Order: sequence, then structure tokens, then C-alpha cells
Amino acid sequence: MAVLSTNAAPVAPRGQTALALVALAVALTLLHYAGLLPAWLTRVPEALVPPFAPWLDAAFTFIRTDLGLEKLTRWIAEGPLQFALDTTANLLYGKRRWPNLGPIPWSAIAGSAAVLGYALGGWRLALLAGGTFVWTALIGQWKIAMETMSVLVVAAPLAFVIGLGLGIAAWANDRVDRAIKPILSILQTLPFFTYLLPAVIFFKVGPTAGAVATIVYAVPPMILMTTLGLKKVSPAVIEAGQMSGCTRWQMLRHVYIPAARTEILVGVNQVIMLCLAMVVLTAFIGMPGLGAKLLAMMGSFKIGRSFEIGITIVLLAVTLDRLSKAWVVRVPEHHPRGTPWWRRNKYLLIGLGVFVGFTLLGQAVDWFSEIGRRQSWSRGKEIDAAIKAFLALGPVQSVTDQIRYVFNVWILIPFRDFLLSIPTPAFILLFAAAALALADQRVAIWAAVFFGIVALTGWWDRAVITLYSVISAVILASLIGLPIAVWASFTDRRANRILLACDTAQTFPSFVYLIPAIMLFGITATSVVMSILIFAMVPLVRYTVEGLRDVPPEMIEAAEMSGATRMQKLWKVQLPMALPTMAIGFNQAIMFAFFMVIIAAFIGTQDLGQELQRTLAGADLGKNLVLGICVSLMALSFNMVLTTWADRKKAALGL
Amino acid sequence: MTRRPTALAAGALALLPLAALASDSSDPIVIPIHNWSSQIVMSNVVGQILEGMGNTVEYVTTDSQAVYESIRLGDVTLELEVWEGAFGASFRAAMEKGGIVDVGDHDAITREDWWYPMWTKDACPGLPSWEALNDCAALFATPETGDKGRYLDGPVDWLKHGKERVEALDMDFEVINAGSAAALWAEIGAAEADKTPVVVFNWTPNFAEAVWPGEFVEFPEWVDGCDKDPALGPNPEMLYDCGNPADGYLKKAAWEGMADKWPGAYAVLEKISFTNPQIAEMARLVDIDELEPDEAAEEWLAANEDIWTAWTE
Repeated sequence: MAVLSTNAAPVAPRGQTALALVALAVALTLLHYAGLLPAWLTRVPEALVPPFAPWLDAAFTFIRTDLGLEKLTRWIAEGPLQFALDTTANLLYGKRRWPNLGPIPWSAIAGSAAVLGYALGGWRLALLAGGTFVWTALIGQWKIAMETMSVLVVAAPLAFVIGLGLGIAAWANDRVDRAIKPILSILQTLPFFTYLLPAVIFFKVGPTAGAVATIVYAVPPMILMTTLGLKKVSPAVIEAGQMSGCTRWQMLRHVYIPAARTEILVGVNQVIMLCLAMVVLTAFIGMPGLGAKLLAMMGSFKIGRSFEIGITIVLLAVTLDRLSKAWVVRVPEHHPRGTPWWRRNKYLLIGLGVFVGFTLLGQAVDWFSEIGRRQSWSRGKEIDAAIKAFLALGPVQSVTDQIRYVFNVWILIPFRDFLLSIPTPAFILLFAAAALALADQRVAIWAAVFFGIVALTGWWDRAVITLYSVISAVILASLIGLPIAVWASFTDRRANRILLACDTAQTFPSFVYLIPAIMLFGITATSVVMSILIFAMVPLVRYTVEGLRDVPPEMIEAAEMSGATRMQKLWKVQLPMALPTMAIGFNQAIMFAFFMVIIAAFIGTQDLGQELQRTLAGADLGKNLVLGICVSLMALSFNMVLTTWADRKKAALGL
Repeated sequence: MTRRPTALAAGALALLPLAALASDSSDPIVIPIHNWSSQIVMSNVVGQILEGMGNTVEYVTTDSQAVYESIRLGDVTLELEVWEGAFGASFRAAMEKGGIVDVGDHDAITREDWWYPMWTKDACPGLPSWEALNDCAALFATPETGDKGRYLDGPVDWLKHGKERVEALDMDFEVINAGSAAALWAEIGAAEADKTPVVVFNWTPNFAEAVWPGEFVEFPEWVDGCDKDPALGPNPEMLYDCGNPADGYLKKAAWEGMADKWPGAYAVLEKISFTNPQIAEMARLVDIDELEPDEAAEEWLAANEDIWTAWTE
């Protein structure tokens, strides 16, 4: 690849500096092994650790009370937000609030969803949309699913509007863009356990806090995609708009936004997926419905029913996602002049008809308005029995015992002990060297500063253990995920199947597979790594498949014409071209892993997540923030290195 | 705002002296729901009793540690299960910060300690004595712990001092902390398949007693001050050389403003007290009979009318 080699020349000086840093780090480590390194150089001495926790506690109190932020957020939460949530709650599950109309019968919702599915994508979508709601009702989860939906139908549109607004602001004004980016990165990397307490303090435990946490989590991709889409609008389209004398508002409304439609709707998809991915975690701060039920079921070891709830969440996610995707690709229908109104809006009318019909039917026949738990088809006990029987099989046990032994004793624990044995300064030097080699000097300095702060907080050992779980899981995820992704990228059929599996893995509540992981591998590092691995593999596979399939066909044809074999084509053309996209996937995988490693505290870890769990009672808010910032800083360092590297590669490839 | 009384509330209403309680605020009383069955059913039981008195009640799911901050803020009105072992520390810390009051104990006593399912006894017949357990330590060994036995302790935030006890009593065990109750059940569930001996942290009253019969390990008996004075207990030099108290408290807590805002409901809360068998019964209705929590509460209320009507008089 001639294109790539031109890049090599400027790398050399950076490479040499990086090598020097590595040499220094190795020297420090060897000195430490020889017992010659003074203690203050292996770890930051306790006496030097600044009292970050009380400082942050004071800062938090200042913002909360002295600046009056709490008053403002409380007003929002208890006023308009509560009102919106109460309204949807009444309509969907009959909470006793204005307008006192609900609950809407399940059959009416299922019927209208099927009509909507048909209008957008034919029979298959009709079946998916209608089927999802029928499943939910028949399995006996209608009420709890609607409790969840009552929050999501408020949170998702709000996330969309806020994301769109901020995205437009960031696109229109460079300064806003520069201010928003770091805030978004921090929001995305702060661990969930750090959001939890501020959410209940500022927004009141209950659906309000649940909605806010969901919005905060779902908004960043919406902002990023909106800005990206608006930046890509072609100059020809803009000129056409200007020539027809559009005002600024008209330009935005009728030119830019329609032209950026595809990216904006990808943002909408992400909003939906992330909203559903948060259903279980937000149950810790008062989100009602599926998540809360799932936690209760897990607490009394009912895997079968938890599993069914997981399926409902995935079905809802896939349905909403496919509906919104169908909306993107739908070509606007143009009716000949003089088509009567009812014919233009026939699906709307049919939908309304179905809705009214089933609502009336629900009044007459109870079954159409409500299906209780007792009438449901839930097979929780049978699934429990099946899972237990599977785990009791001899071969399963001997295989998992082997894996557990090899992984824990030969790989994970030695790797962890090795990372812990590296003196702090050497560790920081090593990371800076890697940053320098992959990205540039600026990033390397920032990464060193970030890790330096982590060292200064006095939580270094736990931070390293966190990092070790993340690194182990991402390496394993790459080893397993990349071959799958390459295999999947060969045909459309395979790609679609694997992408569906990715959607499932992303929205299926991780709590449900944490339990089987523990049953298979015990409460050990293996379980922790396995559960992170499943989650981290999702973006890795998704972006690799998309990167490989986006390689321009001309390039592949050119390779075929010059007589490349299939393997050569893959290694010499497709993979190098897809590398920048894959790097984004890799970056996302690391971010997902940092997210999940904290949740893995529920299995039992010895890392920052475990300490964070200890601070949840609220007496140690300062410590909670310190720990959260440690996780965030480490994640941000990886993020900076990988995005800079991907951008450089992209520029070099002329993409 | 109009509120339609539910059928149950209307039914129970007739039984109660309404006039005395007229001063309660019409704002909803917010009861937190956590992720274990007895607490969920008990919350529903108390919620339905309060609704029967004409109050409005709302339930909110929360984390069982983070709930104390919400009670202090008045967002959550009360908490029915403050376990001495698991939440005592959080509760005390919240009391120090203010905003939360202690509304007295249930009759029920709680016990939290090392525990094993019955099949473990087949492999180690000397149980429940802790010395016998220690002699069988090798039975509990796993690849990660080498020769030592593995004891699975509760989550770190429950402050169980398993490690300290192992050192103080010089036991051949390594202490691993599970991250959640669900993780503990998963371990027991996995061991059940081929009856592997396990020793884990457990507590009573609890649904697990009905699913997996088992016993607590008998450690040197708890003496007051065992956690503060090294001289107490068999090892004169170290702390935590005793078992946990076999009669820990189970408390009720409330937001400090509750007594003024809902005096009637607060008076009832002060009288409410459940016993171990009652709590086990509530958990059984959900865990074994597979009722929904609100149905379980209705059933419990119907079967135990004489008990709860005494509290509302």
C-alpha cells in the first residue's frame, strides 16, 4: 500500500521518543523488581494524596445549594416533567392522574402498531410490531412493560429534541462545538454508579430521575450525528436553497435538516437503543416497570422469568428500531392531484379504526383489555428447570471447569499481578509512549496528566484492576469478534444475522447473563471478564462488519482484476481500508467495557466499581465522585488516543 | 385532582375509624420497593393498610442503599426493612446527617452469618460447628483458592468482616466477596446441580430457606463488644473472633417530616411490627406460590385481619 507508506516518514521521531519512554519504564520496573526502587516511586505515598473527596463534596454542595441548581432541577422534575410522565402513565397503565382516561387496552395498541408496521414496511414489519405487543400481553408483562414505556415515550422524544437542538448549535457555532465535545466525553465515560446519587438528589427518586438519567445517557450520539449530518450537506443543495431566497430559518428547516435526514435518523436509532439499554439500570433510581421487575426476579433467583423480561426488552428495542429505520428509507408517496383526503391518509384511518375497534371490544370482552398474570403463558419455571438441567450436564461442567481453571490461574490472575507489579510512574510512561506512537504529542501529554491524576487520588491499585478487566475483555472480544465480523461481512445474509445478534446483545439486560455466567464460572475474574466481553464485542463486530462492507467496490474490482486471491483481497485491500472504521468500533468497545466493568461489581470485583458500590448510601458523595472521575479519566485517555489515531489513518487513506 | 378509591380501599375503609385520621395530607405517601420479595410484599401490605385509611400511596423502586439519601430529602416517606447487618451502617450515617428518624423495631430478629445448604453436611458431617468446618476446609477449595477453602461473603457494603474473622480464628479459608444477593443465589444454584459443598453468607428471614434447606455455622457465641475489645472471644488478641449476633434488629425508618404531614399514618407505622414467620409467609406467597406482590399483600391482609386491624385502631 503506497498510500500507507508515505505516512511512515513523520512517524519516526515520535517512534523514537516513544521507544525511549518504554525503555525508561522498563528500567524503572526492573529496578523495582530488584528491590532498588524507593517506595515513593512505586506508588504515590499516602501523605501526598490531596483530600480530593472533601473538595469535591464542598464543590457539589456549593453547586447544589449556593448556586441554587437544586431548586431549578427540582422545579423541572416536579413541574413539567412530572406532569408529562403522569399523563403518559395514566394513558398507558392507568395511574390515577390527569386525564384519567387510561389504561388503553393492549389489543388497541398492538393493533395500531401492526398497522403502522404495515404502512412503513409491509407484512414483515406488521408482524414484528404487532407480535411484540401481543407477546408482551400474553406473557403477562403488559402492565410492567407499559410502566417502562410511559417513561420512555417521554424520555426518547426529549432526548431527540435536546440532541437535535444542541447538535444544530454545535454545527452553527464552533465555540459551542468545542465546549460541548469534552462535556459529552465526560458524560459518556462517567460510570453509572456516579450518576445515581446526583440523579436522585437533583431530580427526585422515581420516574423523573429515571427519565433524566435515560436522557443524559441517550443524548450524546444524537448530538454527534446531527452535527455530522449537517456538516455533510452538499454545497449544491445549499446553493439551491440560497438561490430560492430562503431565510436562515427556512434554510435550516427546509434545506439542511431534510438533507441531513439519514444521519439524524441514525441518531434517532441510537436514542431508542440506548433508552432501552438503560431500562434495568435506571430501576435503581425509581424507573418503574420491566427493569424493577427484573431486579426483583433476579433477587429471588428466578432466571426463567428474568429471561422472559429480557426478551420483551429486546423485542421492544428491535421493533422501535426497525420501525424508525423503515421510516428513514421510506420514499415519500406522491399522489396525483385530486386524490381524495381519505385515500391519501388511508393507513392513518385504518390505524384509527383498529384502535377504536379494539378499545370498544376491550369494553365488552375483558380479555382484550387486560391479561392478568394468571392467564399468562409465562414459562418461567420450565425455563429455570431447563437452565439448571443444562448446567448440570457432565460435559458442560467439565468444560467450564477447565476454562475457569485455565483462565483464572494461568491467564487472568498472573496478568493482573503483573500489571500491579509495575511502578506507577513506569505505568504512566508506558501509556504515554503508546499514545505518542499511535496519536501525537498533545494526546500523550494529556493521557499522562490524566493517569497522573488517577495516581494522585490514591486509588491506583483499584484503578489498575479495573483497567486489567477492561483490557483482558477487549483483547478477548477482539480475538473472538473480529473473525466473526470478517466471516459475516462476506454476504448480506450473514451480515444481517450478525447485526441482529448485536442489537440483541446490546439491549438484552446484562443482569440476565451475569447470573448464568456466575453459575458457569463462579464468582471469579472469569465471570467478570466474560460478562464485559459479551457487551464489548457488540460495537467491535458492528463497526467491523460495516467498515468491511463499505469498502468502495472499485477498489475491490481493481484488486480482483490484478488477480488477488480472496485472502489477499481481504488482507491487502479490505482490512486496511476498513481500519479507521474498525478503530472507532474498537474505541467504542473500550468505552462499553469501562461501562460494564463497573456494573460487574454486582458479580463481585475488587476494582473501582466495588468501591463505588460501597458509596451508594450517599454518606460519601465526595469519594463517589473521585472514583467516578478516575474511571472517566482512564476511559477518556483511551478515547483520545484511538480517535486521534483513527482520524490520522482516515486522512492518510483519503476518506 | 380527583382520586378514585380502589375497590379494596373502599372495602377496608368501612372497617376503620376515619374521623380520627382526617388530618393526614392528601399527598401520596411514597414507599420504596427493593429487590427482595419479603420487602416488596411488606411494602404492599403496609401500603394497602394506609390506603385503607384514606391515604394515597405510591411505590417507587430504588436501590436499597441509595434510598437513605432519598428519605432524608423527603422524596421517599418511609422504609420498612432496615436490616442491622446490611444497612445498619448506611442508616446510622443518614441519621447523623439528619432528616431521617428511627420508628422502632419489628418483632422479627435477623441473623446474618456463614451458612451452608444441607447437602454440604453430607460431605462434612461435623457441621454446624465452626471447628468441624475448618477441618473440612479442603472440601471447599477451588482452583483460585488453592488448598484453602472458599467462603463467599456478602457484598462489601454490607460490612460483614469475614476476612477479619478468618484471621482471628486462624481458619484455612479465603474470603471472596459476592457483588449482590443474586450472585450468592447463583453460586448456591450452581452448587446444587451436583451437590458441591459450599459455604456462603446468608441471612434469615429469607426466601432461600424455603428453596434450599440449610443451617448457619455455629461460631463462638457473640458477646457484646466482640468488635471493639480484643480480649473478648476465644482469641485474646484480635477482634471479630465471634459469630454475628443471632438476634439483629429489623427496623422501620421514616422521613422526619412524616409525623407532621401524615400523623395518622405515622402513628400506624409506629405500631406496625412483623414477626419472622409472618415475613417468611409473605416471601413464600411470591417466591413459591408465584403471586404478584399486590395480590400476595391482599391475600396476607385477608388471612391476618386480626393482626393488622390492631395497629390501625
